[in-house]
Formats: sequence, C-alpha cells, structure tokens
Amino acid sequence: MAYSEKVLDHYENPRNVGSFNKDEKNVGTGMVGAPACGDVMKLQIKMGDNGIIEDAKFKTYGCGSAIASSSLVTEWLKGKSLDQAMTIKNSDIAEELALPPVKIHCSVLAEDAIKAAIADLRSKQGETMDAALCRHGH
Amino acid sequence: MTVKTPIYLDYSATTPVDPRVAEKMIPYLTEHFGNPASRSHSYGWTAEKAVEEAREQVAALVKADAKEIVWTSGATESNNLAIKGAAHFYGESKGHHILTIATEHKAVIDTVRELERQGFSASYLEPEADGLIDFEKFKAALRPDTVLASVMLVNNEIGVIQDITALGNLCRANGTLFHVDAAQATGKVDIDLESLPVDLMSFSAHKTYGPKGIGALYVRRKPRVRLEAQMHGGGHERGFRSGTLPVHQIVGMGEAFRIAREEMTLENARIRRLRDKLLTGLTTIEEVYVNGDLKARVPHNLNISFNFVEGESLIMAVKDLAVSSGSACTSSSLEPSYVLRALGRSDELAHSSIRFSIGRFTTEEEIDYTIELLKAKIGKLRELSPLWEMYQDGIDINAVKWAAH
Repeated sequence: MAYSEKVLDHYENPRNVGSFNKDEKNVGTGMVGAPACGDVMKLQIKMGDNGIIEDAKFKTYGCGSAIASSSLVTEWLKGKSLDQAMTIKNSDIAEELALPPVKIHCSVLAEDAIKAAIADLRSKQGETMDAALCRHGH
Repeated sequence: MTVKTPIYLDYSATTPVDPRVAEKMIPYLTEHFGNPASRSHSYGWTAEKAVEEAREQVAALVKADAKEIVWTSGATESNNLAIKGAAHFYGESKGHHILTIATEHKAVIDTVRELERQGFSASYLEPEADGLIDFEKFKAALRPDTVLASVMLVNNEIGVIQDITALGNLCRANGTLFHVDAAQATGKVDIDLESLPVDLMSFSAHKTYGPKGIGALYVRRKPRVRLEAQMHGGGHERGFRSGTLPVHQIVGMGEAFRIAREEMTLENARIRRLRDKLLTGLTTIEEVYVNGDLKARVPHNLNISFNFVEGESLIMAVKDLAVSSGSACTSSSLEPSYVLRALGRSDELAHSSIRFSIGRFTTEEEIDYTIELLKAKIGKLRELSPLWEMYQDGIDINAVKWAAH
C-alpha cells in the first residue's frame, strides 16, 4: 500500500504520544475502536483554566493511517475551545493526510475519539458544577 | 554492521535459483534446444537424455523410481492432477468423499472445493492448536467412500511436519488413496517413498533453489495408481500430462534436487542454528507467541505473533525485511491467515504474525540485524499502543467491552 508523505511522517515521528492521568478533572479521555477491528484510539485532552485545550496526547493501536490521523488531531486540538474542537470533521483529516478510500474509517475514528474525549471532559466539568444533579454513569 | 536491505527472509515463498543450477540450464536454451519428443535426430535425443537424467535426480532425492515421476508446471498443477485425476478415476468405484486438512495450501483446498462443485463431498479436518493432526480424528474422518485423502508434509506458513507415515497407514487400512503435497519439504525433510505409504506426491522446483514454472508429481507404480489426465494433447509423460517438455526448466529442477540431496544434511544444520538464534533473540521480547509446534517443524521456519501491535503497522515497521505476514493488509484478501485462525489464534494475533523463512544464502549478520530491528520496532509500536498500556496496568483486554465499528 502506498502511503502519502504526511502519513509516513506522522507514522515515523508521531506527535504527542503519551497519557495524562485520566482521573484529573481537567482531562478528557476518549477511547474508541476495538482490537478485533484492528484499530483502538485513545485520545486525551487537557483543558486550561481559560477553557482552551492546552495539551493533547494519544496512543493508537492500528495501521499507519490510524496512527497518523490521531497524531494529526493532537496537533489541531491544542489552542482550541471545546466548541471549536467539535467542528473538526473526518473529511478535514482525510484531506490533510490524503487518505485513500479504504482508510477513510481511520479519520472517522479520530473524529469519534475527539467527540468522546470532549464528552468525557464535559461530563466531568458538569459534575464539578452540578455534582448533585448530574450523575450519568460511565 | 553492514547488511544489504531489504533482507530476504521469505524462502518459503520462493528461493533464488542456485547459480550452479542457472549455469546448467543455459545451454538447454540456446545450444541443446531440441524437443525431447523428436525421435528422428540428435537434437531430440540430447534433450531426451537431459530430461531423463533430471528425472533420475528428482527420483533420487525422494527414493522413488524415475518412472514414477511426471513433469508438471509446478506444485499447483501437481496437486490438481493428483486430486482431480484420482478422484475422477476412482470416484465411481470407491466413492465420492475427499478428506483434507483446513490448513492445506490453497492449491489443495480450492481443488477439493472444485470437486465439491462437481458433486463430491469433502471434509476439511481442523488440526490441533500446534498445527498437527490428531490421528484418531483423522481416522474418524475417513469414511468407507473416502476415495482420496490429501495432507501436506510441511506447512507453508508455520513449517510443521505432519506424520505422513501414520496418516498414510490409516488411509491404506481404509482403501483410500493418499496424496501428499511436499512442495515445502524437499531438501528439508528426508523423504523415502520406498517405505512411505504414499500414493501421490507433489513437488516444486522453485522452493528448492530451482526455477519457477516446473514441478513434478510422483505417481506410485507398485501398487499402480492411475489418474485421469487433466491436460490433453500429444500424450507426453505416458499420457498423464501432455505438453512439450520445458527441457531447461527440467534440467534446472534435476540439478536443484541433486544439490539438495548432497547438501541438505549440512545445510539444515546451519539453517537450524540461525533459526534457533532468531528464536532466542525474538523470544526475549515480552508477549510473543510462536505459531505451530517447534519440534515437528522444518529448521527454516519461524512464525511468531507479536501481541498488542497491529499487523499493518508492524509490516510498515519492518520494511527493511522481506518477510510474509498474517495480516490482511498485505494480501488481497481481507481475512487474516486462515492457517493461524485454524490453530485457534485470535484475529489480532493472526494479524500481527510474521513468517520468517531462512535459506541457503541467509547470513548470521542478517539474523543479528533482524533481531535488533524487531526489538526496536516492537518497542516503538508498543509505546504507541493503548492496548500495551492497558496490559501493563493489569487490565484484561478480553474483558473490556469494545464498541465494534
């Protein structure tokens, strides 16, 4: 399979690999995919006091395109508000990395991971503000 | 360390032609180009003599009579001729059931499937988790109407060696013809057809340092095995397989099998030492699984799954090695290796497997380089892997409820 230069670059030099403590209040964690499907992405965002994502980290079990998609979005997420982050679309990722049609699902998974991480963070923040009222199980 | 990359560790896919073989072939392309079927002049006689000498060499490696060797275009054709030829010839008298193994090469599986389309019934016996066949299960799978059983001597993916003496004796007792695909076995395993209870055996030249496009089928004479020809024409090869003989290819196969016979003992000892070194080096990595039994196995093969790394990214990581992978992404099919699945390996482990096959021209430096490369790359991919992180934290990944996508 031929990979684009950008995919190869992210695969060879992945950005922001690692983990934050998922129990911290200002950390949102999204884990999407399944081992049997060949892709698992863990994306974490850390929010600053100003409501802006100050850092992001990932770990991905998957093909080169999955690694590149998650590596790319950690770069894009930094400096964005949660609302801005929600606007990142899988088509933007696929276009930036020149993913072939059979690898579009990798960009979909990366978008899902962003949404899952934001949902996790919002639910935590919601709990902080409204701990007694909001207790949806995770 | 200076090694030329990519390092070729895919000798079970094909081998280079030994320079001694190539040298012997060349005059039969240019100078001695005659048709061995030409009986009226010396061009034909010279070609025929070369063909018969090669037939003797092939027969000698497997202790058969030269009259029992039929030239074909390769092991795929030999398998087709043996299985379809015997099933068609004996089906009416013995019955219409074929027994084979789920881990056979596609050239056998698909040939049996074709016979199913023609009205035969077939059983595909699952091997044990080590890749070997349970004799009792094999015996139970033989039916009164089983006309033919087909079992490969050496598996192409995991290198395990089946006990064809035991299996052949069970076939004999049942009045079932026994075909063995030995494409991966020549020069690696001693084959003695004088004593083996085998009726038909397929061979290939290019797995044993001969040229591609030539193979042979052993057809037992005592007791005589008959086949319905699949290729019709001038009645070459005593009617078993028509078509002008490719003399240069045949000469190459004969020379390759001569070299194998004379050098296999020393060569296998050297290759076993390299394979064991590779095994020792790679098993220092955590969470690796050898696929297939290690004892009943040719010295050339090592098939290993690396847990918690994904197959396609693994193949990207080892682009300096020419190896085969159980990963779907490297082949045209989307399924992981059906051989590893038949051993009960999970999809993940089947995907993240690598087959290393070592051969005549593999060096110790290449093995050292391979070990270091794998250690570094597996380490890097695991640093990236959330599954590895979960495993390190003591989380049972199989107990996690994953959302399938």
